[in-house]
Amino acid sequence: MTEQLIFERGQPGRRAHAQAPRQAPAVDDIPDALARDSDIGLPEVSEMDVVRHYTRLSQLNFSIDTHFYPLGSCTMKHNPRACNTLASLPGFLDRHPLAPASHGQGQMCCLYELQEILTEVTGMDKCSLTPMAGAQGEFTGVAMIKAYHDHRGDHHRDEILVPDAAHGTNPATATMCGCRVIELPTDADGDVDIAALREKVSERTAGIMLTNPSTLGVFEQDILEIADIVHGAGGLLYYDGANLNAILGKIRPGDMGFDVIHMNLHKTFSTPHGGGGPGSGALGVGSHLRKFMPIPTIGRRGDGAETRYYWMTEADLPHTIGRLSAFMGNTGVLMRAYIYARLLGRDGMTRVAEYATLNSNYLMARLKDAGFEVAFPDRRASHEFIVTLKREKSQFGVTAADFAKRLLDYGFHAPTIYFPLLVPECFLIEPTETESRETLDAFVEAMVAIREEARADPETLRQAPTSLPARRFDEVAAAKRLDLAYDAGSSAAA
Amino acid sequence: MPFIPHTEADVRDMLAVIGAETIDDLFDEIDPRLRNVSLDAIPEGASEQEITRLMRERAGRDEGGLCFIGAGAYEHHIPAAVWEITTRGEFYSAYTPYQPEASQGTLQVVYEYQTMMCGLTGMDVSNASLYDGASALAEAVLMAVRANRKSKSRRVLLPKSVHPFYRQVARNICANQAIDFEVVDFDAEHGTVDRAALDRWAGEDVTALVIPQPNFFGALEDVDALTDWAHDNGALAIGVVNPMSLALLKAPGRWGGGDGADIVVGEGQPLGAPLAGGGPYFGLLCCRKKHVRQMPGRVVGRALDADGCDGYVLTLQPREQHIRRSKATSNICTNQGLLVTAATIHMSLLGPEGLRRTAATCAANTRALVERLTAIDGVSRVFDGPYFHETVLRLPMAADAALEALAERGVFGGLALADHYDGLNDTVLVCATETKTAGDLDAYAEALAAVLETHAAPA
Repeated sequence: MTEQLIFERGQPGRRAHAQAPRQAPAVDDIPDALARDSDIGLPEVSEMDVVRHYTRLSQLNFSIDTHFYPLGSCTMKHNPRACNTLASLPGFLDRHPLAPASHGQGQMCCLYELQEILTEVTGMDKCSLTPMAGAQGEFTGVAMIKAYHDHRGDHHRDEILVPDAAHGTNPATATMCGCRVIELPTDADGDVDIAALREKVSERTAGIMLTNPSTLGVFEQDILEIADIVHGAGGLLYYDGANLNAILGKIRPGDMGFDVIHMNLHKTFSTPHGGGGPGSGALGVGSHLRKFMPIPTIGRRGDGAETRYYWMTEADLPHTIGRLSAFMGNTGVLMRAYIYARLLGRDGMTRVAEYATLNSNYLMARLKDAGFEVAFPDRRASHEFIVTLKREKSQFGVTAADFAKRLLDYGFHAPTIYFPLLVPECFLIEPTETESRETLDAFVEAMVAIREEARADPETLRQAPTSLPARRFDEVAAAKRLDLAYDAGSSAAA
Repeated sequence: MPFIPHTEADVRDMLAVIGAETIDDLFDEIDPRLRNVSLDAIPEGASEQEITRLMRERAGRDEGGLCFIGAGAYEHHIPAAVWEITTRGEFYSAYTPYQPEASQGTLQVVYEYQTMMCGLTGMDVSNASLYDGASALAEAVLMAVRANRKSKSRRVLLPKSVHPFYRQVARNICANQAIDFEVVDFDAEHGTVDRAALDRWAGEDVTALVIPQPNFFGALEDVDALTDWAHDNGALAIGVVNPMSLALLKAPGRWGGGDGADIVVGEGQPLGAPLAGGGPYFGLLCCRKKHVRQMPGRVVGRALDADGCDGYVLTLQPREQHIRRSKATSNICTNQGLLVTAATIHMSLLGPEGLRRTAATCAANTRALVERLTAIDGVSRVFDGPYFHETVLRLPMAADAALEALAERGVFGGLALADHYDGLNDTVLVCATETKTAGDLDAYAEALAAVLETHAAPA
């Protein structure tokens, strides 16, 4: 099943009449040389065309609302509808970011309280909500580490330690912040190699970027020792909150010794992933980094009926690393996170980590019992774990990708595949706390059935998926013969 | 338990399968010193009904006010269908299309979005969007430094007529990249790039020139001359545009006598994103085809599947951080997917005629507002020359105080520029979009007249 492009549905002169102003007033003072002299390149379609087309396109997607989506490291849990509905109340939606703070106290109160909640649940000193995605949260954190060292006159500290299992954004971020990346090996249990860490820290160490639990699905057991080693060398610890769901309300990054952290609110605080954004990379800092926080951050003056919330600027934070977005970050995402946090409350947050971990360990045990090989069989799973299909590959000649594609035919979104890079033919599986036991059991049954298919007729897997709107794509050819825009024979041609 | 489906029997049976006594046992690898957490500062959980009541009360406090503020975020009518469809669970709760066979909806939307952006800007290619307009400018600067191999200076000319927040963000994000940002002043009469100030860099090694259209003051720059200047001096031309204005203004792909702008960025918010107190919005980024491999962020391309049918995939991934790690073009690993979905639906509903009508109505309303306000004694335009839907007015009193008094009368009268520009004391940047009626414009004029009168004759 495919859907033609919106451009192919149109007819010259057709349009949606009710949605635009009734007339186009004459604007005759724009000089000809500056005026539009080419087609605008938008489709000409009716209201019905638009609604039907995009509704049909939506139906070509897998999503949390329609499918189990155990995508490791992405925390694809239920997105409560109340968060969307209430964040979309007109008072919040219609507010201009530069409208006077006196007329935005309702929203600012929510954002301030969110800062306080996140501060408490992470054990940090202060939070800022401005980073617009996890990667920008990382950037903010490392930029603050740089600012901290520069402020102390430690200008030579330009090395960032990153475990080899880390998400690719970590090294990319370090580079954007002008740092050199020093890679750390992993030991056989999936922990950072402590001996190598001792060797690599030096007077050039700016800091270390760590995810804990790591991308290998295990909790870093030596974290307190790692913190001592890095701090002892004069470096700071940055916590990548990609896996915060595993420990929310149970263990706090601040207590582990982290100096600065980011949280992915689109994961742990259940704001929508939206087909790839918007996210939010809220930041938490220790007291020694407070003065470098990005702006704007929300402050509070007064108490009780006199309480006033205000935007902190350079005047309040003269050492700030500055502004990273045109306005206030992804405010609408933050409002959803706030509503979610209030619905959960303190006990609900702890339950997130507990049941995410329960589901993960249960699913790992069931798959292990069913004969699948897990990467770290002697470790507890965190909120996610790794299965390696290297045995299936050598026995049946099918890859992790083949398994993943066949899972789609069974109505399950595939786990994260081939990440982390350290484990061959791997599945990184994260069930999240919002899935029922029956769903997990059904996933195990599908995995077992697919392995049977691999044994009987591996071609079934290699040809998969066969029941979706599309078959497998030739991505190599697509990258060679780039077609990035529809060519209607007009200026839209690429 | 909110959002957790487990029954007591489930928990018991699942622990038995795991071989653990309690859920707490699953955390037994973690140092006991870390496992004693109290969360007293976090309130108890609340029911949906309780939260609904609380949020309605708070949203109610923020309601009201007639908004004439622009400055990079604009109030536009968003057709009801836009967010009705965008928040369908299949779009709302999907993730990055890593499995293209299970994500053709999202992928095709992005391909259509890229096509629309190319059409609007007259450029060859568009990415799948960046965080917002300001961060898109920062990424464009880094991209220009990579793409302009002939230039060694890493010198980027950043006119003061570019949004002050965009300039700050570009500097902050590029802070550790050894970019040499040079400010180019504006002409006091027109509020556009001062040609003499620019010419001081003629013949020097310049990597890129940033060209805002319309600029922060709403004024129209001489984009043809600026683009030619950039190319004559070996620099890339980076356009910063408001996509709504492109219904009336020359497409950046056609600026100047040559091939037009090299990179175009802008704030996508006017295309279907609510103001929402500042985000989420999205940043658009388009470029010439020859620079496509230096482009940051996600890109969707058309591909053929095993049956030879057309479909869409994420492409050019070798530029990205999950493959290139520390050598990636950017650390960005998302786009603003949901906002792009809304923008694509929004642009489809408007079509070329709807976009033209909306842009023209914005321009006409602002002109009508300026006429009403400058009819008041002591109020005048600061810059002359053509503009789109914003302009700067001088008031006969401190702008901050005037805006505060206007807000008390329910009018958000614009942005005071004194904090952002020396020499622009007592000035406000005003904007009237298509959402304003003649009655609204009258209300602003009446409120301002009353405020100025009170100011002139204190009780």
